[in-house]
Amino acid sequence: MDVILFLIFAVVAVVCAINVVVQTHPISSALSLVGVMGSLAVLYLLLGAEFIAAAQVIVYAGAIMVLFVFVIMLLNAGAETKKGRSYLIPGAPLLIVFLGLMAFFVQRIFPDNTMVRFGGFTGGGPKEIGTALFTTYLLPFEVTSILILVAIIGAIVLARKEIE
Amino acid sequence: MMSAVPISWFLTLSAILFALGVAGFLFRRNIITVFMSIELMLNAVNLSFVTFSYQHKEVAGHLFTFFVMVVAAAEAAVGLAIILTVFKGRSTLNIDDVNSMKN
Repeated sequence: MDVILFLIFAVVAVVCAINVVVQTHPISSALSLVGVMGSLAVLYLLLGAEFIAAAQVIVYAGAIMVLFVFVIMLLNAGAETKKGRSYLIPGAPLLIVFLGLMAFFVQRIFPDNTMVRFGGFTGGGPKEIGTALFTTYLLPFEVTSILILVAIIGAIVLARKEIE
Repeated sequence: MMSAVPISWFLTLSAILFALGVAGFLFRRNIITVFMSIELMLNAVNLSFVTFSYQHKEVAGHLFTFFVMVVAAAEAAVGLAIILTVFKGRSTLNIDDVNSMKN
């Protein structure tokens, strides 16, 4: 059952990721990216990361992708025009070599001794995350708030209209 | 029929998604799609973090994923504001046309 669930959503994620790269229109890429994020949320649930799965759907698929779609609509971005050189000829073999090396090292360093079962790890709920976030990781959490503040001010400064 | 998924499958999926993100980052010319490829790479790394978190039965990987999400949100806000500014000045989204720092 877990294998079937993993295979379904892994295939969906990979197909959507390929679609992100090959689509010429940005809005198609954005919708495919939502598909990747949704299937990754299911895989997070399979790994026992309930809080992260919910945050993935809310923050990534919700907030960030809405921002992307909003900017695409705002700029009226059309389909990408093909011009210049194509890097597909040197790039595709390099990509396959890179993937092969990664798969080789993953299989080599992590032999299949750990099996993932649904419910095999139950420490990913909001309670455990919250406890760790406000005890061990309190300083990074507070620094994060300053980062968000800087990002908000930066975005406002960059996007405002010049006042004469 | 095995009922559990080997952990290396998750890591391999993460590597595939990361490689596709790198490919999109290098091949695409539209600045918004390049930006989305970066988000794809961040998602791939998040999957690795959560997988290792499962392997070590530790919650730390989840927190790193959470921080990566926060940084991605901040980065998306600032990056898209920069894209808006570039588009206002140049009326183009093609990264080959934005090369005034080249020389």
